[in-house]
Amino acid sequence: MPRKGILVHRPYERLTREQVELIHRASMQILTDPGLISFNREAVDILHSHGAAVESIAGDRQSWQVKIPEQLVLKALDTAPKTVKLGARNPDNALIMHGDEPRVYFITGSETNIWLDVDFPTYVNKADPTREIKVPEFKPRRGTVDDLCQSAHVCEHLEMVDGYIRTVNIQDRDITEDNKDINKFFASLNNNTKHFMSGLTSLKQLNKVVRMAELVAGGKKALEDNPIISFITCLVKSPLQFVDDTTATFIEVCRRGLPVAVSSSPQAGTTAPIKEAGIMAQINAEVLAGITLGQMVKPGTPVLYGSVPVRARMDTLGDSYGSVETSQYNIDCVQMARFYRLPNYSTSGVCDSKIPGQQSSIERLFSDIVVAMSGPQFLHCAFGLLDCNSVFCLLQAVLDDAHFKMIEFFLRQPRIDQPELEAMLKQIREVVATPQKLYIGHIRPLLRSGEISGIYPFEGSGEADDVFELAYERMKELLARPVEYINRKTTARIFEEIPGILPRLNIYERGS
Amino acid sequence: MKGGVSVGKDIIATIKENVIQGRKTQEDVGIDDSLEGTPGVVELTQQALERNISPQVIITEGLTAGMQVVGEKYSTKEYFIPDMLASAEAVGAAMDILKPVLESANVETKGQFAIATVKGDIHDIGKNIVAILLKGAGYEVYDLGTDVPTEKVVEFVKEERPGYLGLSALLTTTMTGMGEVIKALEENKLRSSVKVLIGGAAVSEEFAHEIDADAYCVDAFQAIKVLEEFEIAKA
Repeated sequence: MPRKGILVHRPYERLTREQVELIHRASMQILTDPGLISFNREAVDILHSHGAAVESIAGDRQSWQVKIPEQLVLKALDTAPKTVKLGARNPDNALIMHGDEPRVYFITGSETNIWLDVDFPTYVNKADPTREIKVPEFKPRRGTVDDLCQSAHVCEHLEMVDGYIRTVNIQDRDITEDNKDINKFFASLNNNTKHFMSGLTSLKQLNKVVRMAELVAGGKKALEDNPIISFITCLVKSPLQFVDDTTATFIEVCRRGLPVAVSSSPQAGTTAPIKEAGIMAQINAEVLAGITLGQMVKPGTPVLYGSVPVRARMDTLGDSYGSVETSQYNIDCVQMARFYRLPNYSTSGVCDSKIPGQQSSIERLFSDIVVAMSGPQFLHCAFGLLDCNSVFCLLQAVLDDAHFKMIEFFLRQPRIDQPELEAMLKQIREVVATPQKLYIGHIRPLLRSGEISGIYPFEGSGEADDVFELAYERMKELLARPVEYINRKTTARIFEEIPGILPRLNIYERGS
Repeated sequence: MKGGVSVGKDIIATIKENVIQGRKTQEDVGIDDSLEGTPGVVELTQQALERNISPQVIITEGLTAGMQVVGEKYSTKEYFIPDMLASAEAVGAAMDILKPVLESANVETKGQFAIATVKGDIHDIGKNIVAILLKGAGYEVYDLGTDVPTEKVVEFVKEERPGYLGLSALLTTTMTGMGEVIKALEENKLRSSVKVLIGGAAVSEEFAHEIDADAYCVDAFQAIKVLEEFEIAKA
């Protein structure tokens, strides 16, 4: 049985049907005027062979103007699967995504360069040395493959994490461009049995990564049936440009028929119009251009409508994921994807805050709640991420899991029906007739049934704010739990067939 | 005879188990369904009396022993307040059955506790919870109700002479009524005969000192603890 995620009852929609159609029409116009600039020759050839108008652009760098007529987009939307399965090492962790269904699965990611360690030094009150408090201190450092293993390990045990996108860029001295992909895939797959999605650093690693997945899944056919890995490619750089290397990767992934998220990340104010109508028309055109190319490469390639729109900060012109508009754009994208009946890859929970704390909680919870309410299917919701996706903190991921537990409860369907109301009327009449007039006795049958939401799990005693310390204890407890590693025989075959994986990742050889 | 002892022990153990499960009567499900459909604390207490098991054994080895386990489970967060209240209600119902037997045998209860929400205040959730838990803890509880005039409280203390008086108020506008009750008790020369405990969202330890109350209780569990301390001090 695959994971269920949450089916959102009456999903929140910002746009009317008319507004959705207007955005669609505007995107169709953008795809022919001005069209896209492609820096990738193969994409140009594929699009041209299917009827797109292409024209070479004079300049130092080879590029082409590509105009994609509406009928090519509609054909691609027709062949793109409306249901996408993202498999998993443990088949019970598979995700089934129907494009027309407002369901939500919570997924980690994206990749950050910085890993944030946490420590709790003790501070003594100068005026009263008998009074001491522990204050969390956060120390940033470059992420390593061991960190990635820890992150995958903890996310395996976080109840609300439905799938895993690698959270940290591995920057060990012995990691190079030629072995980064195989190591990040192995570290993640070995420590986590949920679906694994990643981007690729080097196209040269693709065959090795796919072979690894085949070995883990049990063969080529088994991987087709249970695609335990998928890819994310940002082939379109805003505004409206097919990037050479990521487009090449995208084409090759599509050829292999593995699921792929076609993602675009325009920044309102700099690489897209600041106004909602403008960024929406543009991002929709960019994603549809990618989907169209993918379906031309291999009709039926499972694709996710990927959207990572963001508004620019006015003080730095950097990304402002914590801005309210960012959530608005993401919800609009959810509606556009559902209009095309394609599963959506949406974004929430990314915050501007640099460390865990009040700002981080407010920013991430705001977008997590509202975007989840729209029922985006694949919600890439930044478990543990801080500082606009540049920092990962395992402690924050543990805190986020508790937030998502609350959101899950909130999104449950209300049970208001005739039998329920009749039972309640009976209860009200009974209790009102008692001297104490308390309903407490009727709580008990529900106390352990999961029908009553739990208290915040990191609540301190008395007035003490022990949230971080309690979450840290929980994090350590999760790290102490065992992980279902890839078995010895398969591990041996992976190391034999795919050279370049760091020997220290072979848990059978290091004896731990 | 051996069989009788065994049956007696069985029934006391079953009473204890039903207290832990919070099953007052046969109709109650309890914490899980393991005892569903079997007699609850009320039926078992009656059966125990019919078998001539002494009320003291029923109370100490059945009811109190059960409540002790419930208290432990509450402190380890395995149980919640509704569980605790269900158990206390079951014990309270058993105490109602045992009361005439105890009186005829001249056995004293833990003590008499009168409780009221003061004049002008109609809030009674906290007061009711305290009443249920104290009854479950073995106290004889007299609930005077809500919005109780000062004169009525004084009158009750004069007539019934309870050892303890609990006053509750939720509102900052009504909490002053507590001070008025204490003052009236003094004027009627009753203050030394009764320990006054106050509680409720509006009041505090500081306020208790201000109005010369004997104790401030943050919740029902603290009330039980405070009463036990008073009992020890008395002894």
